[in-house]
Amino acid sequence: MAKQIEVTDVDAYYGSHKAIEGINMTIDARAVTAFIGPSGCGKSTFLRTLNRMHEVIPGARVEGKIRMEEQDLYGSDVDPVSVRRTIGMVFQRPNPFPTMSIYDNVAAGLRLNHRYSKSELDGIVEDSLKGANLWNEVKDRLPRPGAGLSGGQQQRLCIARAIAVKPQVLLMDEPCSALDPISTLAIEDLISKLKQEFTIVIVTHNMQQAARVSDKTAFFNLAAQGQPGKLIEMDETTKIFTSPTQKATEDYITGRFG
Amino acid sequence: MSAVTPEIQRISGMRRFKDKGVQFLVYLAFAIAVVPLVSVLWLVVSNGLARFDMEFLTHSMRNIGARDAGGGAYHAIIGTLEQVALASLISVPIGLFTAIYLVEYGNNGRLKRYISFFVDIMTGVPSVVSGLFVLAFWILILGMPFSGWAGAMALSILMLPTVVRAAEEMLLLVPNDLREASYALGVPKWRTIAKVVLPTAFTGIVTGVMLAVARVAGETAPLLLTVFFTDSINNDPFNGPQMGLPLYVFDQAARPNDTAIDRAWAGALTLIVIIMLLNLAARLITYWRSPARKR
Repeated sequence: MAKQIEVTDVDAYYGSHKAIEGINMTIDARAVTAFIGPSGCGKSTFLRTLNRMHEVIPGARVEGKIRMEEQDLYGSDVDPVSVRRTIGMVFQRPNPFPTMSIYDNVAAGLRLNHRYSKSELDGIVEDSLKGANLWNEVKDRLPRPGAGLSGGQQQRLCIARAIAVKPQVLLMDEPCSALDPISTLAIEDLISKLKQEFTIVIVTHNMQQAARVSDKTAFFNLAAQGQPGKLIEMDETTKIFTSPTQKATEDYITGRFG
Repeated sequence: MSAVTPEIQRISGMRRFKDKGVQFLVYLAFAIAVVPLVSVLWLVVSNGLARFDMEFLTHSMRNIGARDAGGGAYHAIIGTLEQVALASLISVPIGLFTAIYLVEYGNNGRLKRYISFFVDIMTGVPSVVSGLFVLAFWILILGMPFSGWAGAMALSILMLPTVVRAAEEMLLLVPNDLREASYALGVPKWRTIAKVVLPTAFTGIVTGVMLAVARVAGETAPLLLTVFFTDSINNDPFNGPQMGLPLYVFDQAARPNDTAIDRAWAGALTLIVIIMLLNLAARLITYWRSPARKR
């Protein structure tokens, strides 16, 4: 199920503006990797290069190599749609499809790509909702609109929707920033559970969260406003939070800037 | 340095007065805006009811003499319904796909700017010009007969820019988050548009199309030049002169006797009722489709 990702010399641009520069890293399979760093340092941009969502923005492009188990994701013959099918994504703000019911939201990725029988779909929807710890709350109202749920439930619905298509990797862009502490806890528990099956990359502004959920942590920073963001250091989470090798990392995690 | 300490005060009399004054002006503006609407409706209903009967709705003007009472607008109702349906059939698909191109694929390119520019120009085309265009091109140059179809083409020229603009506005309102959510599930762009973007914008697009329909259903000038006149029922919109309700009203109102004037009022009332029914139908469709109903 889960796969490792190898990143070599990646730069990403918005038009002529270079947003990130020279990123090299290895993202382990079946583990949680957290990206931390001040706003505007390119964490989210880098996350979006991993499943080719960056290029959806007009004028945006990526240079460098990203390989998933020996397969170049930016190869000239690679279909970006199939990359996104393999590497799922959960966004900062919960974004269930407003015209669809809870059931249809979870089934959306499946239905929009293949034909499934009713019983197959029922099974996958139930498994995905259980996987996202949402089944017990919504099992009696699957035909109701997904937009009627609370914010935390909507975010778990989005996670259920993302894992329903059985991706190898799950990218999460600040998935808890719009949620209250209880929903955040629910999602963090979920992340720990999901890493048995998926490779997870999470962007977060919350240092405690990175420390709680991740196995490895990558710290991004930018030299000055307008400069491209860079990867400063990446290591085991315990190491980053106890004895970082870079001064900037230490300053950031101890709250001296950012 | 002395800072002014803020304290909690009563609302001053002046502010209360200004508030009431502006409130009064807003209500007054609303009342003035409603006066013409109500008076038009009242005039049409009170004058139109005299002849708004079964005979009017089921008979044409064939064999009705110049001074005879009786007769009806059945031929005009059929004509209007067919012409407007055909015009929608032409302009809704073209308009919708144009709007999809502008919003989803245009990327601020040159083609997008040209299309936008020409849509703006089309919005400004006077209705009689669209009729003249069809008359000159379709009937005089290509030698086609006067027909409901020719009228529908003239109407679709008027409808097209309204549909494009309405659909474009609605597609722009669909949050980008939803498109990205769909892409992130590995859904191709065209399917994202068909299954996520269009359903989300559906209600607004239907409303926009209805406004366009209502606008062209009352057009007289383009019909005058393209469908010609007839007093008989012609069910075939592709062959021979047809009638339309606006033409019928125009024709009857120009006649000198009261029976004709009554028919003109009844024709106007019929047109209003048809447009109201179409609007109601559109409301029902959007209501059945809206997610709010299931909540």
